[in-house]
Amino acid sequence: MARIDQIHPGDALPEREFKVDNVELFLYNAVLWNAHRIHFDYPYATAVEGYPGLVIAGPQMGDWLSQCVTDWLGEDGDLESLEYRNRKAAYIGDVLYSGGAVTAVDAAQGRVTLKLFIRNQKGEEILPGDATVCFPRRSV
Amino acid sequence: MADRSAAPRARRSVLTSLLNPGLLAHIGKSSPPRTELVTRRDIRKYAVATGQRGKKYLAGDEAPPMFHISLFWDVVELDQLTPDGISIDPLVPEFPLKRAMAGGVKLTWHQRIFPGDVLVATRTLTDIHEKQGAQGPLIFYEVTTEVVNAKGLPVVTEKTTRIMR
Repeated sequence: MARIDQIHPGDALPEREFKVDNVELFLYNAVLWNAHRIHFDYPYATAVEGYPGLVIAGPQMGDWLSQCVTDWLGEDGDLESLEYRNRKAAYIGDVLYSGGAVTAVDAAQGRVTLKLFIRNQKGEEILPGDATVCFPRRSV
Repeated sequence: MADRSAAPRARRSVLTSLLNPGLLAHIGKSSPPRTELVTRRDIRKYAVATGQRGKKYLAGDEAPPMFHISLFWDVVELDQLTPDGISIDPLVPEFPLKRAMAGGVKLTWHQRIFPGDVLVATRTLTDIHEKQGAQGPLIFYEVTTEVVNAKGLPVVTEKTTRIMR
């Protein structure tokens, strides 16, 4: 049975927990060449910018959303589009969770739409998103 | 093309107080295309830093979907960074509101990225508009990045919105 035939609206994507530490946040911004002090300079982030801690980079959380899809897909299909909104910031020390659910399946077109989220430890949805994935079209 | 798509929003915004025609004239401007080579080492570094689980990503055999963000983040010299460590984006005009917040991102993938690929990115300021927020006016601007391969075929399209308050 083709993978898409085993997918139904309402199916949950596996959740994943993220506890980012300073090293991971540093490495992410180093890979980008992003020197914004809010990500590594604690006195600056808190005293000057007024944040409660070091700020986790927005696109880093966006990547976790994409991984929620690619880990679920494996080699069965392709991530076609992803849209997300930065609703709330997250900080070192937060515990974050990625996950999502299938919202629609179009088996004829080989396309599945998903609703995704990053939530914090308070249960707040800080990075909601939507994605479409495509599967190989069936030969008729 | 960017000029045409942005025009209806620009006309609407002319009526608001913060966005004058001089600012709106920046809509449609593009940065010079940037060309970068995708290396296995850069893919591996990105894969580790983002906590990828896929073996092909960790081995550098294929780039994770959002790898292009690291490939095309502007590399500037130290004296081009502001005291808070940000590089000035030459594509974006100086707005009357100064505090920037992340808005949202829309990504569309057209093909996968592999080590050895030569990719070209062009950034275009595709929209500026104003909204009244609960605590005052907000300026939204959108930058569209088109990433193509050496043959000019689309690889990734990214639309990033930032909010000034």
